[in-house]
Parts: sequence; structure tokens; C-alpha cells
Amino acid sequence: MCRGIQHPVRGLFLRSYLAQVSRDKLPDIGSEYEGDADTVVDAVEFVLQNFTEMNKLWVRMQHQGPAREKEKREKERSELRDLVGKNLHVLSQIEGIDLDMYKETVLPRVLEQVVNCKDEIAQYYLMDCIIQVFPDEYHLQTLDVLLGAFPQLQPTVDIKTVLSRLMERLSNYAASSADVLPEFLQVEAFSKLNNAIGKVIEAQPDMPILGVITLYSSLLTFTLHVHPDRLDYADQVLGACVKKLSGKEKLEDKKATKQIVALLSAPLDKYNDIVTALKLSNYPRVMEYLDSETNKVMATVIIQSIMKNKTRISTADRVEALFELIKGLIKDLDDAFHDEVDEDDFKEEQNSVARLIQLLHSDDPEEMFKIICTVRKHILGGGPKRLPFTVPPLVFSSLKLVRQLQGQEENPFGEEESTTPKKIFQVLNQTVETLSNIPAPELALQLFLQCAEAANDCDLEPVAYEFFTQAYILYEEEISDSRAQVTAIHLIIGTLQRMHVFGVENRDTLTHKATGYSAKLLKKPDQCRAVYACSHLFWVDDQDNVKDGERVLLCLKRALRIANAAQQMSNAARGSAGSVTLFVEILNKYLYFFEKGNPQITVAAIQSLIELITTEMHSDSSTLDPAADAFFASTLRYMEFQKQKGGAIGEKYEPIKV
Amino acid sequence: MVLVLAIGDLHIPHRAPDLPPKFKSMLVPGKIQHIICTGNLCIEEVHDYFKTLCPDLHITRGEYDEDSRYPENKTLTIGQFKLGICHGHQVIPWGDLDSLAMVQRQLDVDILVTGHTHQFKAYKHEGGVVINPGSATGAYSSFTYDVNPSFVLMDIDGLRVVVYVYELIDGEVKVDKIDFKKTATASAH
Repeated sequence: MCRGIQHPVRGLFLRSYLAQVSRDKLPDIGSEYEGDADTVVDAVEFVLQNFTEMNKLWVRMQHQGPAREKEKREKERSELRDLVGKNLHVLSQIEGIDLDMYKETVLPRVLEQVVNCKDEIAQYYLMDCIIQVFPDEYHLQTLDVLLGAFPQLQPTVDIKTVLSRLMERLSNYAASSADVLPEFLQVEAFSKLNNAIGKVIEAQPDMPILGVITLYSSLLTFTLHVHPDRLDYADQVLGACVKKLSGKEKLEDKKATKQIVALLSAPLDKYNDIVTALKLSNYPRVMEYLDSETNKVMATVIIQSIMKNKTRISTADRVEALFELIKGLIKDLDDAFHDEVDEDDFKEEQNSVARLIQLLHSDDPEEMFKIICTVRKHILGGGPKRLPFTVPPLVFSSLKLVRQLQGQEENPFGEEESTTPKKIFQVLNQTVETLSNIPAPELALQLFLQCAEAANDCDLEPVAYEFFTQAYILYEEEISDSRAQVTAIHLIIGTLQRMHVFGVENRDTLTHKATGYSAKLLKKPDQCRAVYACSHLFWVDDQDNVKDGERVLLCLKRALRIANAAQQMSNAARGSAGSVTLFVEILNKYLYFFEKGNPQITVAAIQSLIELITTEMHSDSSTLDPAADAFFASTLRYMEFQKQKGGAIGEKYEPIKV
Repeated sequence: MVLVLAIGDLHIPHRAPDLPPKFKSMLVPGKIQHIICTGNLCIEEVHDYFKTLCPDLHITRGEYDEDSRYPENKTLTIGQFKLGICHGHQVIPWGDLDSLAMVQRQLDVDILVTGHTHQFKAYKHEGGVVINPGSATGAYSSFTYDVNPSFVLMDIDGLRVVVYVYELIDGEVKVDKIDFKKTATASAH
């Protein structure tokens, strides 16, 4: 009867009403309407017919009316689509439809209508509807039929979206419970989907690259959920992607590159482990097609994954593979002539590379040395802007290795090739040298001194001397900023003071130089402090042959002269003497060596220094300096305290009048 | 009670990738009133992280610090105590307690917080207390072998300060505490 109404919209509404009204009167299993005459089959037939007719009416709407109103018609159609889709919904609700009936009757009939109507809008909507409305188990079991329909659809239908949605549903289904996974294997879901996608892409050679990647992205997610242990499947998907990408230029499309990042991040998220992702041979190949900006984004994603999961990268091969992947961060790629990188971003990137380097570790010294050399090879290509960030962590990794080897006995019968501290120091020397050329002399100096200390602990005198030489050269030739000089001097003196490996000659040379530098610092107070710090170079507690009382006194006296000169300068320049702080500091140093038992520091010397300070403080031209007063007062208190201690110390301090 | 966190020598990212997660989970914002940092963070990110823990942040410069504007030393007063901070690479010989005592006298402080050696120390002498919180990340040090990550929390209450040291040993956080009382005469100037 409804056939009589051929006007599309009216027909649609009429049939929709029919569907609604008949809904609960269908002779479904267990319904009151079931009987000998009317069974589920009839119910199904009824709904299918209604569906078919409604679809025909719906499609007819497309062609009615003038061509210029096409857009308006399509909009109208879009609004009415749920009416048609309702039938499918009803079908899905019919309990009497089991898998067999779905397979034999329902799906084929529905698909027949969908394909034959040759209407783009209908096809897109209805395929999607089928996927959303019927249960996932059914889809799995009818995968062949379902996928077989896709190539028969109109070429303008957005198949990739529908396919992606299908795969998404199936992925979620797989994720919902482990019990359903065998089903996937049984129906060979992966290969069917893979083939279907291949066919779709082949059939649409003009599909934009974004579409291709989206499809493969969905397939990859599907694969990771359903076959997490089949790395070869995942690799296949990536391989297909590479094939499709090859022959094209590096991607410019922002959306496409975003999709690729999603594609590549999926295995990382799933496996929580870059090491597993590195086993996918096509993974790096996909990355080749990223422009340098996106390569950096992906590299950062990878590093963050490593840091979050504390992945141990423990072989040189893996390090090599990893650094190939993240090369966008390590060096300037060819097409990176363009924009200025934002400085803060650049710093953040390089700092994350630095942190990454800390995580590369193997307990086996040989392997660790290989790792260090691999990293070194890569970072040296990074250019002057990157080296100050990447060299220090590598240096400290190397020093840690040296320390580890220190603990082990030197094997005199060891292999020629085996790793020794000496070898590592050679590498270190060359590595730190690269910093001097950038220029980053302060950093290089600090690192050379660190290496010197490590060499000292290994009893390698010539190596330690070489490092000191490098540091001194840098100081003389490259470090001209006053503040930097002061810091450098402190580090030089502090390090040298701790060296026990040097013989007398070497030590003397280095000490002489250090005191020379100290006396030539720009500001007098800095000079004074550096010179009295040098006094410690001549007296080291735990080294009996370094207890030269005279040289200590010479340093302290020199410091006094400089302090005096500073006072005079202050008088001349400002009309008042400067603060007595320096004198009090020197007094403290006198006390230090006095207590250590330096025979050259006499009670008389201390006494006269105390008087000098007292006089200076009370003189008319002195500057008011409460800090210096307090310092002097607490020094005197200290001396009093030592007197009260009694014993050997008390005896020493006894003669001093405070 | 005033909680003061003393922490330093993290050397991120030169020598360590990050704070140990067990420490991170202990250091929550809002619990600490002051942070005293001996230096060698080294990068701004660490500075920002400390700021989120507590806005009252005092830092002195370590030789590897990226920001060269941090002062060489700093003094501040918390309650009845005067505290001084100095990284320590400037004090020679490094780690020498007598030389550090001199700095303490010079800065005229009750508590001197210093670093550089990556070795925890809490040492009382006639002029006051010297505290070295060690390295919070257990960073490599030419001075100390086998550095355990450590930091210090000081609880200042009137004339008394309780120093809690947290050390990460073999994956477990161990806590120790030391009491110091300030005598009234020591503060007379």
C-alpha cells in the first residue's frame, strides 16, 4: 500500500511512521505476535522491504528538482537520513536474528541495496550505520562480505573514514576482553583488513596522503590491540605506509604529519618501550619522510617515552638506532635553513637530549665504552650551538666509567683492545677540546679540571698534567672576563690542592703558574683572596711532603701586601680606607696554619696582625663596616674559645693576647 | 615550626636526568616555608620546579649554573636563626671544615649551608653549625665516591633547630635527625 506514495519525502515519512507503529508488533521470537503464520522471518522480511523502499525514495530525492538546488536537496536529505537508518536499527533489535540469519539474509540484502543505489550520500551513511548498529562479533564473522562491498561503492564515498571507524570498533572490541582475541585470529581479521585497505588505496590513486596515513594509523592501532605480540604485523603496516610514501617529497601537509606522529606514537604507547619499537624495521623509514620540524616533534615524543618509562638503552647498536631516529634534534637536517628556532625551545630540546644521554648505560665496561663512542660520534655533528649541552653529560658518563674501571684490577694480560681509563681519557681530551673551539672556554676549563682529578685518582700523572695544561692554556688565552677568571682560579686552586699524583717538578710548575694568575686578577680584593687561597697549595694535610711552611707564609705575606695596597688605593680614590675585612680573612688563615703546626707562623706574627687590624679599625679614615667588625669579633671569640679548650690547642693559643 | 628545605648540587642535566622519584613524591608544594639551595641546579627548569614547591627560594651560584646572576653567597634570617648560603667551590680547601668555619664567622651566621662536595655533613663548632645537604640526585663528584642522593629539611622552632637528613640508600629513603640548640650568648653582637 505504501508503494502507492511515490513522492519521496512524503513516502519517507509515511514509511517511517509505519516502521514506528509496527515496531513492537513484529513477530519476533518470544513476542505475542509470533505464531505459525508469522515468524521472525516474516518480521525480517517486512523490515527489509521497508528499508529498501525507503532508501529508494531517499535516493530519488537527490535527482528531483533543478540542478542549481542540488546543495539544498543534499542538506535536506542529510536531515532525513535517520529515518532510513532507523530500519537498520530495528533489525539490530530483533532478537530472532542470529548470526546465521544475519549472514545469510540480512546483511546480503542490506548490502545489495546499498551498492545498487549508487548514491554517494546513502552509501556513506548506510555503511557507517551498519557498522555502528550491529554487534562486533557479527562484523568479525562477516568481514569478507563487509569488506567486499567497499570496492563496489561509488568512488567519491569517503571510505577511509568508514573503514577507520570499523577498525576502531574492532580495536575496542579486542581491548574489551582477552577472550575475544582467538576469534580475530580465527577469521584472519588482520590480513583481510590489510588487503581491503590495499585495494581501496589502489582503487583511489588520487587519495590524499592524509587519507592513506589515517587508514594505516587505524590499522596499526587495531594490530597493536589484537596482535600485540606480532611485531611483524605492525612492521607490515608500517612497510605498506612507507611504500605509499615513497616517491613523494617530504610531507608538507600539517594534518598528514600530525597523523604520522600519531601513527608512530602508537607503538610507543603500546609497548611503553622504545627498544621494542626499534625492532620494527620500517619505523625509521617512516620517519625519513617527516620534515625536520616534525622529526623534532617525534624525537621529543620518543625521548619523553624513554624518560617516563625509564627505559634502559643498554647496547651500542640500540643507541645507534635511537640516535638515527632522533637525528632532527642532534643535528641540523638539510632542509633546516628556514626559520629561527625559538631559543627557549632549543634549550629545552637540547636539555632533553642531555638527560637522555644519562639514561644510556650498560654495566659491561666494554659495551659502555662503545655506547660512549657512538653517542660522541653523533653529537659531534651537532654544531657549536648544541655542543655545550651535549658534551658535559657525555663527559660525566665517561668519568663514571673511568671510576668503575678504577675499582677493577688492571689485567696485565688483558686484550689490546680492552677499555682502559687511559683510552677513555684520550677520548675525553678530544671531546672537551671541541668545546674550546666553539668558544665555550669556561665550561671546557671546568671539564678539563674534572678529568684531571679523575686522572689523579687513576695515578696517571702525565694524563693529569696534560689536562691541567689544557685548562691553563684556556685560562691564559680565552678567559678574559673578570668574574669568570675568579671562578676559574678557584677551581684551578681547589683542584690542584687535591692532586697527589704530581711529582715535585710538575707540582711546582703548576703551582707557580696558579699563584701567578692569582696575583694578576683585576680587582685587588680578588687578588688578595686568590693569593691566600694559594697558601693551601703548599700545605696539604694528608700529604706529608707537601708541608712547606715558608712558602705558606710567603703567600700570606703577599696577601697582606695586596690588602695594604688595596687600603691605600681606597684612600687615594675615595678619601677613606676600605674595610678591614681582607685583613681579618688573612688573620683567620694565619690561625689555620698556626693550628696545623706551621712553625713559620709565630705568635708574634699573629699578635702584630691583630694590632694592625685594631689600629685600622679605630683610625679616623676607616670606613664603618659592621660586617667586618662582627667578623673580627667572632674571630677573637674563636681564639678565646680555643684557649679555653685546654690541651695542646689551649697551650698554643695561651700566649696570644686577645 | 618553620620548615626549611636545604637542597643542592642536582647537576641536571649534566650529571643526572632528574630527581629520584621517591624524593619527588615527598617534596610537595605548600609544606615548606623556605628553600635554601646551594647551587649547581643547573638549568632554569629546576629553578622553576623549586619555585612551585615554595615561592621563597634562595639560591647561590654554583660553577655550572646556567644563570650567572645568582649571588656568590647570601644571608637570611628565619626566626631566631641567621642562615648563610654559599656553594663552596670558592672555599679552599674544598670541604675543609675550618675554612668553612671562617666563612661562617665572616658571614656572621648561626647556620651555614654549603655544598660542592656532594657529601652530607652536619657539623657543630663553636661558631655555629655547618650543613651540607649533599647532592639531591646523587650526581657524580670528583670529591666523593658513591654519592647517595640526599637533602635536608630543617625544622626551626625558637632557639632549636632539628635537622632531618633524607638519604636514598639502595632504593630506600632513610631518615636521620640531629638536634641543635642555639645558646643566647652566641647571638650577642
